[in-house]
Amino acid sequence: MKIAVLVKQVPDTETKIRIKGDSSGIETDGIKFVVNPYDEYAIEEAIKTKEKNGGGEVIVVSMGPARTVESIRTALAMGADRGIHIDDAGLQADSHVTAKILAAALQKEGGVEVIFCGKQAIDGDCSQVVQGVAELLGISQVMIAVKFDLREDKKGALIQRRIGGGSQEVYDVSFPVIVGAEKGLNTPRFASLPGIMKAKTKPLAVLKAAELLGESKPRVSFVNYRLPPERKAGKILQGQEPAQMAAELVKLLREEAKVI
Amino acid sequence: MSNILVIGELGGGKVKKVTQELASKAAELAGKIGGEVQVALIGNAQGAEELGSFGVKKVFQITSQKLEQYNTEGTVKVLAELVAEQKPSIILGTASPMGRDLLPRLATRLEAGLASDCTNLDIVDGKLVATRPIYSGKAIVDVKFETAIQMASTRPNSFVPQVVAAGAKAELVALAKDPGELRALIKEVLKGKSDKPDLTEASIIVSGGRAMKAAENFKILLELADVIGATVGASRAAVDSGYAPHDMQVGQTGKVVNPNLYIACGISGAIQHLAGMRTSKVIVAINKDPEAPLFTKADYGIVGDLFQIVPLLTQEFKKVMAE
Repeated sequence: MKIAVLVKQVPDTETKIRIKGDSSGIETDGIKFVVNPYDEYAIEEAIKTKEKNGGGEVIVVSMGPARTVESIRTALAMGADRGIHIDDAGLQADSHVTAKILAAALQKEGGVEVIFCGKQAIDGDCSQVVQGVAELLGISQVMIAVKFDLREDKKGALIQRRIGGGSQEVYDVSFPVIVGAEKGLNTPRFASLPGIMKAKTKPLAVLKAAELLGESKPRVSFVNYRLPPERKAGKILQGQEPAQMAAELVKLLREEAKVI
Repeated sequence: MSNILVIGELGGGKVKKVTQELASKAAELAGKIGGEVQVALIGNAQGAEELGSFGVKKVFQITSQKLEQYNTEGTVKVLAELVAEQKPSIILGTASPMGRDLLPRLATRLEAGLASDCTNLDIVDGKLVATRPIYSGKAIVDVKFETAIQMASTRPNSFVPQVVAAGAKAELVALAKDPGELRALIKEVLKGKSDKPDLTEASIIVSGGRAMKAAENFKILLELADVIGATVGASRAAVDSGYAPHDMQVGQTGKVVNPNLYIACGISGAIQHLAGMRTSKVIVAINKDPEAPLFTKADYGIVGDLFQIVPLLTQEFKKVMAE
């Protein structure tokens, strides 16, 4: 069974975002880059699925600049078998362009039955690439997956998807399928020391994004990057009797803010 | 034609409030480009013609037995057919679990640009410009479109439903469409315990942090929430400590929320939490620690023990709301 994981390298969640002087993007100097948190669940599920299947191959695919290789190595250290780095140097990419390139890389690889990825990357927050890849490859998608059980025939899976309000849909899907992982799908393993050593010698192929893209062009452009308006501190009540403060707050919310 | 098509959502057989919000915004945009607002619904809704009061001219009710349960590919197929027939220049939907699943695939099919999870929309030089948070709200960006069809999904509570033509009725158009052969079938739906709106759609949220100390202590937040019609959320610290399930998490790796009122109880205000709730219209912080960073962002706050303050708030709200 060939299993692919799509991984993106993103700024760590603790990052304070700074905007470039010309508003064309964010300053990336000094940012700590990590594997997109949702992709960690995808990597874990891919490795688990290979184990449950009793064999197979987990291929990590990631598009980005040279530093992206660190994230691929992290996945290899967790237990993935080999990596494909898609070098996007000089490329203007939106979600569509990214989906097109990833779909082309998967097609080139051929024979992939299950593709795991995070439900969204926490940088652009678009949550569009997974569904785009599904459409371009013409396969089924299950987004916001919180449970993945390989079917007994190993030719499909029962997948639970969170739909809000605590409800979930349970899908019965035959492969090939692409799955967008949500937090809670599993607990990602830590890379072991032997795993980290082994990862250094696992195969890592490099492809050129521009060659995979063909004629496609971005369909949207992001302009005028800015910081959100600062919120200012308001009325903070302290030092009075708790009951008095509670009554004052209720009054403010009803009469001043008028939100209740 | 420069019509705007809104992909509507149904709940309990009725048109959801998020669709009224979006229809209102669409009517404002349509005024700027000289087109009409149309709504597409999958299934029949009671009172769908009343969308007319928000400025909607036509409602397409697409029915198919196969789509009584949601199906991504089937819904994409029928909507793509509708778009091919109606040729709207702008398609809008909600950034809900359905919209987030459906719209990117529909956009790819239609070769349309899509801006997801937007908080504002405008028309500049006859074209759509969408504003959206990125890095979970730590930054904001404008999206411009390079395609003939321009698509956007918007966050619930971003717009206020505006009645522009009281009593006006939209024309209902019933369409039977074949979603084709369906893969990825829903076997069952596991219903959640809560009948409250989802966090992403809630207009009032009461959230608890690590200071809640135990899962059972969330009871006091639920009691307050019941009185003021709120949905209960939690910080990542509370979820990681096992006090609340992940689908209650607000923040960068949880849900991004946009309520009118957000009451944070025992939440210090880590950058990743703030990212998930900073667009709340009014933020209230309740914390023992006067140095908690959230106090610098909150509109109102009480420095005090949440275990004392929250039950007092519940009592006080009960009293004044009964008046």
